[in-house]
Amino acid sequence: MGLLLSFFVVIVLVLLAFGGVEAANLQYLFGIIIPYAAFVTFIVGIFYRVVKWGRSPVPFRIPTTAGQEKSLPWIKQNKIDNPSSALGVIVRMAFEVLLFRSLFRNTKTELREGPSLAYGSAKWLWLAGLAFHWTFFIIVLRHLRLFTEPILFFVPLIESLDAFFQMGVPLLYITDVVFLMAVTYLFFRRVLIPQVRYISLAADYFPLFLILGIGVSGVLMRYFFKVDVVGAKELTMGLVTFNPVVPEGIGVIFYIHLFLVSTLLIYFPFSKLMHMAGVFLSPTRNLANNNRERMHINPWNYPVKVHTYEEYEEEFRHFMKDAGIPVEKEE
Amino acid sequence: MAVQPKVPKGISYPDELSKVDYKPPEKAWMDTPVVLKPNMFCWGNKEKSLKAVDFPNARAWSVADEDWKLPENWKEIFLEGIRERLDKYRTFRLFMDICVRCGACADKCHFFIGGGDPKNMPVLRAELLRSVYRKYFTGSGKALGKLAGARELNIGVLKELWYYAYQCTECRRCSLFCPYGIDTAEVTIIARELLNLLGLNIEWIAGPVANCWRTGNHMGLLPHTLRDTVEMFKADLETITGVKVDYSFNRKGAEILFVNPSGEYFDPNGNITFSGYMLLFHELGLDVTLSTYCSEGGNFGFFTSNEMAKRLHSKVYAEAKRLKVKWILGGECGHMWRVWHQYHNTWFGPVDFLEEPVSPITGTKFENAKSNKVVHICEFTSDLIKHGKIKLDPSRNDNYIVTLHDSCNVSRGMGFFEEPRYIIKNVCNNFYEMPPNTIRENTFCCGSGSGVNASENMELRLRGALPRANALKYVREKFGVNTLANICQIDRAALQTLADYWVPGVAIRGVHELVGNALIMRGEKERTTDLRGEPLLGKEGGENV
Repeated sequence: MGLLLSFFVVIVLVLLAFGGVEAANLQYLFGIIIPYAAFVTFIVGIFYRVVKWGRSPVPFRIPTTAGQEKSLPWIKQNKIDNPSSALGVIVRMAFEVLLFRSLFRNTKTELREGPSLAYGSAKWLWLAGLAFHWTFFIIVLRHLRLFTEPILFFVPLIESLDAFFQMGVPLLYITDVVFLMAVTYLFFRRVLIPQVRYISLAADYFPLFLILGIGVSGVLMRYFFKVDVVGAKELTMGLVTFNPVVPEGIGVIFYIHLFLVSTLLIYFPFSKLMHMAGVFLSPTRNLANNNRERMHINPWNYPVKVHTYEEYEEEFRHFMKDAGIPVEKEE
Repeated sequence: MAVQPKVPKGISYPDELSKVDYKPPEKAWMDTPVVLKPNMFCWGNKEKSLKAVDFPNARAWSVADEDWKLPENWKEIFLEGIRERLDKYRTFRLFMDICVRCGACADKCHFFIGGGDPKNMPVLRAELLRSVYRKYFTGSGKALGKLAGARELNIGVLKELWYYAYQCTECRRCSLFCPYGIDTAEVTIIARELLNLLGLNIEWIAGPVANCWRTGNHMGLLPHTLRDTVEMFKADLETITGVKVDYSFNRKGAEILFVNPSGEYFDPNGNITFSGYMLLFHELGLDVTLSTYCSEGGNFGFFTSNEMAKRLHSKVYAEAKRLKVKWILGGECGHMWRVWHQYHNTWFGPVDFLEEPVSPITGTKFENAKSNKVVHICEFTSDLIKHGKIKLDPSRNDNYIVTLHDSCNVSRGMGFFEEPRYIIKNVCNNFYEMPPNTIRENTFCCGSGSGVNASENMELRLRGALPRANALKYVREKFGVNTLANICQIDRAALQTLADYWVPGVAIRGVHELVGNALIMRGEKERTTDLRGEPLLGKEGGENV
């Protein structure tokens, strides 16, 4: 249900942009108003969510320790997977955020006759995840060409590296291909692995289709239905300079692409995509494992009712005395 | 070698039980109501157990009954409980929000591997609560309902939450593999707190908590019983070693307070581990005292609520203060060390009435424990061995071909891997590791942790133990391993039954039992048996004892 519905919602979004621009001439709505609204929602939304998370305190220092802790001097500590210092935490977080360290650990469990359990290597999810996120990021960086004038120095550099194979006209970007392959893989594994399919919600399919839609519309625009690039840049520069203009004849595919991107920006803060910000705040990863060495403070720590020694002795004094165990009071 | 498995009553044979179907049902999980299967859940708490600690809704109830006798406004209480915890725990708020359901955790849970119930996939276990959170605390859940993965809280959902909150051992293996560090243990801890607001605990946890509150230990052992028990160990040790060991309870002015899990006074495997400590302390002449008031290092309160955990463990520092000791030494226990390592200092600190721990034997400063002043017995002993302060004869453990089970709490809640290994390698001649995917941070739970080591849920425990047992079977077949060493009392108490079923012929041993066997003591007679009275290798036909 979630799968089909998500698919149709994305189709409807495409048709909306198509109809809106082709039939109703709503270029200003789809080219200016919605992108602005989307951008504001994105920024404010993320800010709101992160502040909301941040306002919940971290009462306990509970890192998941994934290596030898700091112990006696002759025992070798795993300073990255079980950090005891701020630097160690930074390195651990960098591995996590940039290289998906935890996902790299992934294994596949198989139960064979016997019974015998086997844990096979399972790096595809890690590889596809990493490919997807990195190519997405590079593609976003490449798009800075449209939002800066003069173009930021690193953009042409990225472009030339990305078009390393010098194939086709216009030159084929490696990231475009890898991106579409990775998203497709992530979609198929969600549908084909029974357990993953079983846990999947509409909220899992929708962003996949949406992002796939963005990728496909972008590729179509660049390689197949050529749009008026000069016009497109005029529009995007108008947006960033708060001088919005709608040049004639850019081509409808551009508006479809832009509308899907806007939808993604609007959807982002309200969805699981917030894991992008959340990963930085995760207390099982971003804390040093040094709670015996340095006290971690819980802001809402409060006194609790306890059973005191005096109460204990009061109840058991005669047993203690008979057993020759010292007591505080004789009677 | 061909020892027959011991099959508990009402359980099928291992070849039958290990046929697991991982295929999820056709019907969506939200449309599949929970079935409370016998042998998979623990009995509900007794009325008196909750009363003893002033917990709400203390009443007689039974899990099997339709009516769980909840307060009329139970829904309100539960939802208010969620709201309160969202504001108190960043973990909870974050873990409710950021899961992408990638499924990397699914086949990492021992209960899912051994049972195949899809709601035991960590992701889905958390979704059980997340779906309720979405319905009442997120805009999309309120507006879109089921489509957004949200569902109404009703009695069926509550029973499902209860059933699966006590099918998680809080071992944190899933959190190791989660790309965002989502920790199901944290979700389970909070789910159990919420359930306890309605008087929904299990007796296997609530009973020990009530005992611990009154008598200072889970077992409910009274002061004289504790003394008699240790006196008995002393007599046994004298028979075996010829040495009369000293010990003391509640002795003021001792340098060190020693706190251990009370299961060691009760469980046969634990008894011998404790005897190992006694020999070691005696041989060192360590100025150490036990306490009857603080006769428990374990903390079943931790499986109830954070507040209850703190209420039970305040006695540790209170007693250290009263007895005017310098620092605290802790025995072999898994969750006790999770609590001591990650929670203690925060609950009770600053611990400025004790001194920074220094080993009186080697002079080593335990830098990593300088703030909360609690040292692990394996840190202490490995430091002794490193400095050559004790004489060891590892051949006395030659009957044992040993592997080490890393207990989940000290593994993923502390990172305690090398210390026990260093000790074992010095006190045993035969040590073999289980496969890398099943040890250290990847270790598998015994299947009985977090208070679910009862007998009425034996099928659950056996299923949960399958991954651990399977790795054990591998080294048993390959290297002839017959001994599983560990540093956790729940392991020692629970794993024997589970090994007898899955890998018959393997004995469960505390690390300090092995230390006690190997320790050469001043004035000891020639040992012909180990601490259990079993003849040493080559001494089978030896002198009459």
